Amino acid sequence: MSVPEAATGAPRPAGDEHLLSVHDLRVAFATEEGVVQAVDGVSFELAAGEVLAVVGESGSGKSVTAMTLMGLTRSPNASFEGTAHYKGTELIEASEDQLRRVRGAEIAMIFQDPMTSLNPVLKIGRQIIEQIQEHEALPDRQARERAIELLDKVGIPRARDRLDSYPHEFSGGMRQRVMIALALSCDPSILIADEPTTALDVTIQAQILQRIRELRDETGAAVILVTHDLGVVADIADRIAVMYSGRIVEQGTLDEIFYDPQHPYTWGLLGSITRVDQPRPERLPAIAGLPPSLADRPEGCHFRPRCPHEFAKCIEVPPLEGRVDSRRGHLDRCWLSPEQKRELREVRPGEIGLDPKAGATSR
Amino acid sequence: MARFIVRRLVQMVLVMFAVSVLVFLIFNVIPNGDPAVRMAGRQPTETQIEAIRKEWGFDENIVVQYATTMKKVFTGDLQSYFTQLPVGEEIRKGLPRTLALAIGAAILWMLVAVAFGLYSAVKAGKFADRFLTIIALIGISMPVFWIGALMNYYLGFKLGWFPNGGYVEFTEDPFDWFYHLILPWTALAILFIGFYSRVLRSNVLDTINEDYVRTARAKGLSERQIMVRHVLRNSMIPIVTLWGLDFAAVLGGGAILTETVFDLQGVGQYAAESIGQLDVPPVLAVTLFAAFFIVAMNAVVDILYAYLDPRIRLQ
Repeated sequence: MSVPEAATGAPRPAGDEHLLSVHDLRVAFATEEGVVQAVDGVSFELAAGEVLAVVGESGSGKSVTAMTLMGLTRSPNASFEGTAHYKGTELIEASEDQLRRVRGAEIAMIFQDPMTSLNPVLKIGRQIIEQIQEHEALPDRQARERAIELLDKVGIPRARDRLDSYPHEFSGGMRQRVMIALALSCDPSILIADEPTTALDVTIQAQILQRIRELRDETGAAVILVTHDLGVVADIADRIAVMYSGRIVEQGTLDEIFYDPQHPYTWGLLGSITRVDQPRPERLPAIAGLPPSLADRPEGCHFRPRCPHEFAKCIEVPPLEGRVDSRRGHLDRCWLSPEQKRELREVRPGEIGLDPKAGATSR
Repeated sequence: MARFIVRRLVQMVLVMFAVSVLVFLIFNVIPNGDPAVRMAGRQPTETQIEAIRKEWGFDENIVVQYATTMKKVFTGDLQSYFTQLPVGEEIRKGLPRTLALAIGAAILWMLVAVAFGLYSAVKAGKFADRFLTIIALIGISMPVFWIGALMNYYLGFKLGWFPNGGYVEFTEDPFDWFYHLILPWTALAILFIGFYSRVLRSNVLDTINEDYVRTARAKGLSERQIMVRHVLRNSMIPIVTLWGLDFAAVLGGGAILTETVFDLQGVGQYAAESIGQLDVPPVLAVTLFAAFFIVAMNAVVDILYAYLDPRIRLQ
């Protein structure tokens, strides 16, 4: 399942060093129902300052991929294959001590649920200072000043006073800001945001995303944004990787994915966005069927059972490769030829692609 | 805070009133409980008994008897029916011994239980965990008077490694004081060690899966820091509650058996002996003393709880 050299990283100038390069990552968990292959051969690259959105539905392996990069999925029941190189460190094989120096300092993470991600019995200042002092020999006073600056930067009013507050004294949006401050406290080069806005209401979502984007611009940190919400992605991502059932099924720039999607699953995802600029559908569009159980997946293309365009060749696993001649960085895992896709997709220029047959829609 | 204290004080008065009435009534309906008969000696005449009854006021209405007894409790004039010794004096003599036993045992059982419970949780499912589980269950299953007697007999009497019961004043010889208390502390602590280590183990295993522990790991903290600062602190909150209440219960009579087995002459042993003689005043006084401690420790635990978990407000 290796990615052809020519296909990867083509949109960027040759010789561009990747900050992070993940190659054929596989993560399996032994559970009571058998071995679950949560991540099944994921490869991607991340350049400095880039925002990569990893999109997929629940159980597609996107969060596991993100957490595995930080070694947070390690357990006696988990097994790993593949590599993830970050600045000369191989993260998958790295020892706990090596990982500890990366965690928080080099790669930081924002989690999905801000209500439970902060320790309820410690003041938030303490929780930020703790991380700063773990990675830098900074006296208490300076660490405290840094924490105040950080809270200020993520938009918490009266940061100096709020440092001595407990998490329960903050709202959900404010807690997520604290989490962002925490993640940024040691100037990481990669920020992984795992569904950072899912638990928040819509107005707060926009503010949080805005913050993440501004901070990316200020600090130059690369961002991996894990989400199931394409609306979130459209605002902020440079590139998108669409995951389905443990695999990346399509990968490309924001424009490539939104305006010329190659994989039928991506069509379905894009078709599921409700649009305010079009007549309201009777039912919300959805992709027919359910994602396969991770413990018992179909042979070949994982999307095959739900795909309206399935044909004989789909019994073989399609490699993730560039199939559109003019865009070598636009990768997908579908056996259909680009011409067939263009025809089936019935996409009009500049409009989100949707095949009426692909979803139980009634537009 | 002021409201909290006032409420607790009111609660304390009510509890102590209820307890004193209960004790008084129980001793009034116990068969052979007539103190006049018991005080009169071996073969008393009816007139002797009658005289005692009059002298001590046992012929009065029970409400009046209760009132006069309670008045004596507050003025400190309460006397034992049989030894005629002042009860307050006796409790004051026994209190340091009971406190020494209870405080030492409480510290011992907490320290050991935290160590066992934490280790058990870290090694969950492995041999060490199963071994400690069995040890804990054995500890919980052994009654203190039995394990105490065994220790006293084998380690004290047979092997002579430890003194065979008794108590030495701390001011007299601190080392000997400590030496005399090792067995009682251990005997009393064993049950609690077993119980607390099981509770802590399951608390730790629950806490380990909390999102904020994952956050702590993502910060790059070491396993030790994660365990102590984030897991243990949160797992300890319910344990501290138990600790306060159990400590009060031990002080207020839970140590009766231990004190008696090791002949420590503390408040518990005093209570045990008084109960044997159906001697109401000491029993009443010790029970009130116990109720006072339990209610007071309840308040202390609540304050401690609010300190440990900032989400909780006292009211």
